[in-house]
Amino acid sequence: MLFLKGLFYWAFIGKGYKGREMKLTQLTSLAQPNRLAESKNKPQWVLDFRNYSRHWYLVLLFIPGILWFVVFRYIPIYGLTLAFRDFSFRAGILGSEWVGLAHFRWLFSLPGFWDVFRNTVIINFYQLFFGFPAPIIFAIFLNEITHLRFKKLAQTISYLPHFLSWVILAGMMVQILSPSTGMVNFLLRAIGMDPIFFLGDPRYFRGVLVFSSIWRSIGWSSIIYLAALSSVNVEMYEAARIDGAKKLQEIWYITLPSISNVITIMLILRAGTLLADNFDQIFNLLNPAVFEVGDVLATYTFRLGIRNMEFSMATAVGLFTNVISFTLVILINAVSKKFNDYGIW
Amino acid sequence: MKVKRSKSEILFLAFIYTFMIALCITIIFPFWNIFTLSVTGEGVSTTRFYLWPPATTLSNYARVFDSRHIWVGFANTLHRTIIGTFLTLLFTIHLAYPLSKKYFPHRTFWTLLIVFTMFFSGGMIPDFILVRSLGLIDTRWAMIVPGLISAFNMIIMRNFFMNIPDSLEESVRIDGGNDIIILYRIILPLSGPIIATIALWTAVGHWNAWFDNLIYVNDANLIVVQVVLRRVVLEGSQQLINMAGGALVDTGMERITPETIRAATIMVITVPILCVYPFIQKYFVKGVMVGSLKG
Repeated sequence: MLFLKGLFYWAFIGKGYKGREMKLTQLTSLAQPNRLAESKNKPQWVLDFRNYSRHWYLVLLFIPGILWFVVFRYIPIYGLTLAFRDFSFRAGILGSEWVGLAHFRWLFSLPGFWDVFRNTVIINFYQLFFGFPAPIIFAIFLNEITHLRFKKLAQTISYLPHFLSWVILAGMMVQILSPSTGMVNFLLRAIGMDPIFFLGDPRYFRGVLVFSSIWRSIGWSSIIYLAALSSVNVEMYEAARIDGAKKLQEIWYITLPSISNVITIMLILRAGTLLADNFDQIFNLLNPAVFEVGDVLATYTFRLGIRNMEFSMATAVGLFTNVISFTLVILINAVSKKFNDYGIW
Repeated sequence: MKVKRSKSEILFLAFIYTFMIALCITIIFPFWNIFTLSVTGEGVSTTRFYLWPPATTLSNYARVFDSRHIWVGFANTLHRTIIGTFLTLLFTIHLAYPLSKKYFPHRTFWTLLIVFTMFFSGGMIPDFILVRSLGLIDTRWAMIVPGLISAFNMIIMRNFFMNIPDSLEESVRIDGGNDIIILYRIILPLSGPIIATIALWTAVGHWNAWFDNLIYVNDANLIVVQVVLRRVVLEGSQQLINMAGGALVDTGMERITPETIRAATIMVITVPILCVYPFIQKYFVKGVMVGSLKG
């Protein structure tokens, strides 16, 4: 029902390859009667090798892709050891000297780091608190609409911002939220309020981040919930109606419980990104006037690493974020499994 | 039979429709605003609000298209979109197919190896050092190779392949065809929807990509259109000269770009997406569904 659940079920629990291997040896033994008897005496690696060579065309297809994963995904993971080394380009990653936890000690002693950490947590908490329910509400509302053409139109329009990059959206926001020439401030002035410098005022910046995130993804994120809603049994609503349930009661007692498993899984996935900032968005909107509230771990890493070439320090920030995020996913999944009986794996 | 609705229900529906219309307006109106701004003629004050400006002109667009950088940007974006999408498909298909075969040895192990990278990665700095060590800085490959395969897309494609019945392969096998022939003669012709979906995902991703271009490429001739937009709209001109190493100094754009030109630049980059997205969005949605049907 939900892709990730299926994915993980299959990936972590799924039927092992051993069982199928048995079948395969049986099958080939039919063609070559002495194969099975022969294979019993061979060590496992010989059998494995034989399996690879039997499908060597597949292996041929497989090698470039898996090599790419090793080089471009696993070497950077090894590169995280930079956080414990003093990196210099001349020595390379392998040759750089080990310094233990020195970078972390230095990092944790910086007040700037904790400000940035706090910003990340606060912004992500707001994003979670306001941004998470928004697409669910949107999906429920959309589901109530019976006028099909209107529904389709609303959906199509709501998907639009998802297809545009944050560079474009930030460019538009700079214009629209401008205190002197922006549309929003024209409206504020029309109702007699003073213009607000949304992107340059620390009091509003986080709000702008949260609102624009919701604005961009409300339609797109609702797809998964809409799919879940379409599989809710209609008879339940009919039964409820006969019992005299109001619309809101229907939503509260039927709709929400029916999609609660999807909501839980999305929540677990979302919670894992509690320290993962939306770099694209924040980086494009951040300006010196709002540094104190808007500078987050990702932009900090960028400045430290790419701009100031403090590679080891920046990697330490990255590793810190990675480890906490990974732990969070595992923890929350365990908790969810305990109380709800389902998790993503 | 017409369903009789109670008063509260009608009220609720009215609320929902109002909400939806309001939401649609908040999405469309900013685009409209940028559009009208981009055609606003000279002499019209931008400190006043117009639903439609009193004087319109296309000269803003003419000035945007006069800049060499926008053309260089489009060329580079087009290049990475076409080559990048093609290579991504090639690699994703070739990796997904063996992993979809039950008899491929250590299939679970290999797949786990790939799935793990969805949850744990090196991050910005190790990636940067890797790309630099490989000598990809200031080449087009820096925008294509580091993001070549997405683990998620690979898994979706693999799941699709797994649903194709094995019996279809047998005729080819009896004729003596190997796995590569099976893939190209049998599997790929049946995989149109998933290939289209992943191709479009990748293509839109390439069209919108900017960060890799920003950090891996300093050469002004390799700049992509999103970064051109960033420089014109988001970065102050002063900063622009420092950062781009004089990349945009010769564009003839003023020190502070006027709003109308900025709006025209935004429109030029947005319109291509605006035109195609209503037609491709169904593939995107289908892709989400393909994933969600599993399990």
